[in-house]
Amino acid sequence: MLLRLAWRNIWRNKRRTYITVASIMFAVFAAIAMSSIQRGAWGHMVDNVVKYYFGYAQIQKDGYWEEQSIDKAFLMDEEVKALQTKLPHVKDFIPRIESFALASYKKSTLGVLVVGTNGEKENAMTKLGTRITKGTYLQPGEKGAIIADGIAENLKIGVGDTLVLLSVGYRGANAAGKYPVKGLVHFGSPELNKRMVYLPLEEAQYFFAADGLVTSIALDIDDKKNIEPTILAVKSKLNQDKYDVLNWKEMIPSLVEAKQLDEAGAKIMLLILYVIIAFGIFGTILMMTKEREYEFGVLLAIGMHRMKLGLTIWVETILLGILGAVAGMLFSFPIVYYFYKQPITMTGDMAKAYEKFGVEPILPAALGLDIFLIQALIVFLMTSVLAIYPLLKIRGLRPVEAMRE
Amino acid sequence: MPIIKTTQVTKVYNPDTIPVHALAGVDLEIEAGEFTAIVGPSGSGKTTLLNIIGGLDQPTSGSIEVGGQDISKFSDSEMIDFRQKNIGFVFQAYNLIPVLTAEENVEFVMLLQKRSKAERQARVKELLESVGIADKWDKRPNQLSGGQQQRVAVARALASKPTFVLADEPTANLDSKSTANLLDIMARLNQEEGITFVFSTHDQRVIDRARRVVTLVDGQVDTDVYK
Ligand SMILES: Nc1ncnc2c1ncn2[C@@H]1O[C@H](COP(=O)(O)OP(=O)(O)OP(=O)(O)O)[C@@H](O)[C@H]1O
Ligand SMILES: [Mg+2]
Repeated sequence: MLLRLAWRNIWRNKRRTYITVASIMFAVFAAIAMSSIQRGAWGHMVDNVVKYYFGYAQIQKDGYWEEQSIDKAFLMDEEVKALQTKLPHVKDFIPRIESFALASYKKSTLGVLVVGTNGEKENAMTKLGTRITKGTYLQPGEKGAIIADGIAENLKIGVGDTLVLLSVGYRGANAAGKYPVKGLVHFGSPELNKRMVYLPLEEAQYFFAADGLVTSIALDIDDKKNIEPTILAVKSKLNQDKYDVLNWKEMIPSLVEAKQLDEAGAKIMLLILYVIIAFGIFGTILMMTKEREYEFGVLLAIGMHRMKLGLTIWVETILLGILGAVAGMLFSFPIVYYFYKQPITMTGDMAKAYEKFGVEPILPAALGLDIFLIQALIVFLMTSVLAIYPLLKIRGLRPVEAMRE
Repeated sequence: MPIIKTTQVTKVYNPDTIPVHALAGVDLEIEAGEFTAIVGPSGSGKTTLLNIIGGLDQPTSGSIEVGGQDISKFSDSEMIDFRQKNIGFVFQAYNLIPVLTAEENVEFVMLLQKRSKAERQARVKELLESVGIADKWDKRPNQLSGGQQQRVAVARALASKPTFVLADEPTANLDSKSTANLLDIMARLNQEEGITFVFSTHDQRVIDRARRVVTLVDGQVDTDVYK
């Protein structure tokens, strides 16, 4: 009976019900859309930046990250190699050896980062091969370097010319070598574009006098959500005094900070949205309560208890909340799904900013059931709290006064 | 023993600002089975008195006994229970629940009283028939005329099997035909089923139908005539 009464009351003033449900629906939609785009955009950004070079996680020698010295290179022994088959979410291990070196061509010299890596594996994770602008990518068994085109510009070196690298090798050994430039790659980030030099792993190991040694092994993990379990698994299987396993957050803290800042901003936006919507819903509730005071008076007079009456009105508002929240979710789904499949392409300054970091300038939406449920739940809970107002009103209502018009 | 007994009931509105002495010591006894009109000029305190007898308002002083119990000291929740069990109200206008049908409006009080479904159905049918609108059982108030609405209101007032029915100017919004019709129904219920009616009115035709007429003047009983 209570439910029936509430349901009928909802349809009593159809226009108001539509407006209220529509505003709740819009609130839910706006909140879902904002959260989905935000999560999607950051997911895209993180994927790009992380896959760009670091990978989701890396195995390093304990203490390497602080010093980043070639002396902290380690032997990629059988124990480490065997590990790969025991990690279901790791698609591949990308062993690298990297250190700083001086690169010269003719009269010019430049500080660069020499990365020795397996061309094929590297390409599978970071798509380095797709960055080639001139020449060819690293071929197996070929002695040659791939350099960022910023370096080529600085040193006035081109494909086919010979680059001279000088550095300090493992445990102070002299490192010197000559490498023909096989190809040029372009990075959106100017920082990377003026310092990256890639050599085949074995060449680099030979150059640094570090046969069989690597400074890091990047883990190509299949999905973001498997990062933590994989890291835990690796840690449990390796000697923790010798090795360290870092996730991307530890390696690129600035990205994490930017993300947190942006998320905080989005939370404030959501909060403002909630407040606006809350006022709208409250307005309806206020109007409804005022309009029905007479009726409430009659119901109290004929012997309906305040609690029961209050409950009926509360249920009524809650039903509106549920209707709006469900409608909001249903309305949001196709739209969010569309932008998940067809990301928004950015243009202008935003696009430039993205490209600078080597990230494709698109804003894909994330499709997360949790976003839908949480946002709908928040708006629904907000409505339920606002629905307390008529209860308070009914608590102090005197039937005689309510019925005096 | 009277079913309603007021003793020196007074009611002062706005005691702290500009006090209005709406009732100034009303002594009144009403026996079961009466058909009594409370009359008097506008502002004489009719509504105030009915509200106090019906447990909708509390007196400033004096006592009201209904069925032997003093209701002037009841708490809010006790009052609500008291009204639900003992009193049938018919108000001047607009007192049906707009979203419920005639049938549901009558049934509503019995639902509050947690009566069984079979009992509710039987009684609703009987009541709608006795006020002569059984054929309109599925109509909402806005689909009924004022007279029909008041008849549903009478049926609703009786649904709870109250000790008595209070009606504050029940015919004020009705045309003369509907007024006569409503009065016929009330008088019949009173005579055939012994239901006690206490109603206020300004309408001479209604006053003529009453068997006892209590006249209030300035919040006091001026005359009390049995016919
Ligand atoms: N809530 C209130 N606050 C202040 N004064 C009130 C209130 N209710 C009634 N009064 C005053 O009390 C007096 C009695 O009012 P009441 O409504 O009982 O008269 P009535 O006989 O029913 O009049 P009417 O025939 O116009 O309905 C009037 O002077 C009225 O103005
Ligand atoms: Mg009155």
